[in-house]
Amino acid sequence: MNLLEIKNLHATVGGVEILKGINLTVEAGEVHSIMGPNGSGKSTLAQVLARRESYEITKGEIVYDGKDLVALKPEEAACEGVFLAFQYPVEIPGISNAYFLRSALNAVRKYRGQEEMDAIDFLPLLRQKLKLLEMDDKLLNRSVNEAFSGGEKKRNEILQMAVLEPKLAILDETDSGLDIDALRIVAQGVNAMRSPNRAILLVTHYQRLLNYIVPDRVHVLVDGKIARSGGAELALELEDKGYGTMEAAAGRA
Amino acid sequence: MSSTNEAIRELAQQEYKWGFVTDIAEERIPKGLSEDVIRLISAKKNEPEFMLQWRLKAYRHFESLQKKDAEPKWANVKFPPIDYQDITYYSAPKQKPNLKDLSELDPEILRTYEKLGIPLEEQKMLAGVAVDAVFDSVSVGTTFKAKLAEAGVIFCSFSEAVREHPDLIQKYLGTVVPYTDNFYAALNAAVFSDGSFVYVPKGVRCPMELSTYFRINAAETGQFERTLIVADEGAYVSYLEGCTAPIRDTNQLHAAVVELIAMDDAQIKYSTVQNWYPGDKNGKGGIYNFVTKRGACRGKRSKISWTQVETGSSITWKYPSCILQGDSSVGEFYSVALTNNYQQADTGTKMIHIGKDTRSTIVSKGISAGHGQNTYRGQVKILKDAAGARNYTQCDSLLIGDLCGAHTFPYIEVKNATARMEHEASTSKIGEDQLFYLRQRGLKAEDAVSMVVNGFCKRVFKELPMEFAVEAQKLLSVSLEGSVG
Repeated sequence: MNLLEIKNLHATVGGVEILKGINLTVEAGEVHSIMGPNGSGKSTLAQVLARRESYEITKGEIVYDGKDLVALKPEEAACEGVFLAFQYPVEIPGISNAYFLRSALNAVRKYRGQEEMDAIDFLPLLRQKLKLLEMDDKLLNRSVNEAFSGGEKKRNEILQMAVLEPKLAILDETDSGLDIDALRIVAQGVNAMRSPNRAILLVTHYQRLLNYIVPDRVHVLVDGKIARSGGAELALELEDKGYGTMEAAAGRA
Repeated sequence: MSSTNEAIRELAQQEYKWGFVTDIAEERIPKGLSEDVIRLISAKKNEPEFMLQWRLKAYRHFESLQKKDAEPKWANVKFPPIDYQDITYYSAPKQKPNLKDLSELDPEILRTYEKLGIPLEEQKMLAGVAVDAVFDSVSVGTTFKAKLAEAGVIFCSFSEAVREHPDLIQKYLGTVVPYTDNFYAALNAAVFSDGSFVYVPKGVRCPMELSTYFRINAAETGQFERTLIVADEGAYVSYLEGCTAPIRDTNQLHAAVVELIAMDDAQIKYSTVQNWYPGDKNGKGGIYNFVTKRGACRGKRSKISWTQVETGSSITWKYPSCILQGDSSVGEFYSVALTNNYQQADTGTKMIHIGKDTRSTIVSKGISAGHGQNTYRGQVKILKDAAGARNYTQCDSLLIGDLCGAHTFPYIEVKNATARMEHEASTSKIGEDQLFYLRQRGLKAEDAVSMVVNGFCKRVFKELPMEFAVEAQKLLSVSLEGSVG
């Protein structure tokens, strides 16, 4: 069964139609990359899948894990295993990373009818994931994303993903703002999460990340529609030729 | 935790049975304010002559203020004029339990008790349901009082103190908030009902939080409370007033006065959790909480800390303040004030630096939701001879939704060139992106708002006695219900 099936998806933000008929199928175990020029709708697609309420779905269907994703609220989608690593993670002053993560994990566990984890059981789990991402213990007591560098914020997103163990992980331009070392560590973290039960959607501008996280499929989004799909080599072709020809073909000068 | 809670509950129920407040026979008394009413109040309480005279002086002063139309109108709050003749000034005696069981209680109130996690026995206490348990006479009550007596701490009702410790009352009453201080202080001095009196002798660290004791008695709190706490040299006391459970009262105006006095090396920590009935969703009804609270750091190296969590009342108007007289004395003010629906708050503090090397810290967190209007008003005054004075002020406002308001009126007066002052202010909104971030991690919308708000208030909650910090967090969540979406 497909983990994710998007059929003729149209979505509007602030009265403007951004997604103009997306068709996409993703199977569990796969890594797909969504690329495209600025304004093509990549981030919008990511936010819509995460069920952001200010993004209105006007047409189409999204079937996720056999369920109607459109009918779910953001927290329900999250508890069903959808995770979005944000492009611009917000700050939550006064709430420590450890407390926030445990609350999130327990919200999901509660939804699934599992027992909540207390701090004593949670900490070793958290430390293990911190190690994987080469992050410092001290981060646990800092407020969520407060005074974090860009790279730290992105790594924090992957840390959260590692703790919450989603079925569908959507990474929205996770590579933007990362230096070479941070990129390597983030990629390491994401690759460690690859599993037959999980699908990963990488939304990205540049081919660079895909050197580290090699995708099974690459899709090029132009003006709200998928203009072309292919294997990992498509990304290399884009790097070489740019989006120009595809944009022209899609009717954008 | 549970056996301590059990013990405290037993204690509270015992006190309820015998009365922390002196028993007074029921009697009808007409509404209105007059010298006769003052005399009646004083007679009913068996007060010594000095007390009656003080009340009368205060009453005459209040009358003169009324004649001059001196009722203060400068606060950033709106309310219809109060008819001072339309109030019963003699507080009714303790209500006998009048409900058979909790099912007779307003379901809205019951729901709130449950949300706040108030144990069933306490719910009954608060609701006035008869409690039918029988208690062992060799009780915790005796142990509690014995412990305090052993330490030499005097802790009793204000009325009892007037009768049993008139010397102490005469010495300290009105020395921090004289009846001439302001309009409501004059009224309070004339008609005050009851409150607490605490005296901690030299070098004594009060052996327990004077807090849980009041949890149940909050239901009995009168309109015009008067509290006086004196910490002698080297003494320490932590006192907590209030109750997270919403208390309804037919009396709308609550004008309390609290005076704190700290001598050399003494420390008083005064915490308040206030959740008086705030009025309904349309702003009808609700209590006016007009309070004068002031601490005098008389001694060298003395310290007074105020911590307040104000979520209730229709209108809150109060400025717990510190007069930093003693050299190296310290004043602190930590506050969370929430206004939701149509609540209004004009609250803050005054730190008056008089001695040398004095320090003050102000952390104010205002949260506005619904149509709430929240005002911070703070005064930091550094007098001419206050060399080396230091103040740190941080006032932050959080707005939820776009129909509420947050206002800030800082007054800073510095007359000594060696003073150092820091003032930071911020205003923020709970953004849709913050909420979405938390929801995308699995948290429900209301839990997301709670989390952001609690993070915002953390700096203040840290100052509360632990048990109340947990309750305060729950209280904030309950008070914010319906503010999002």
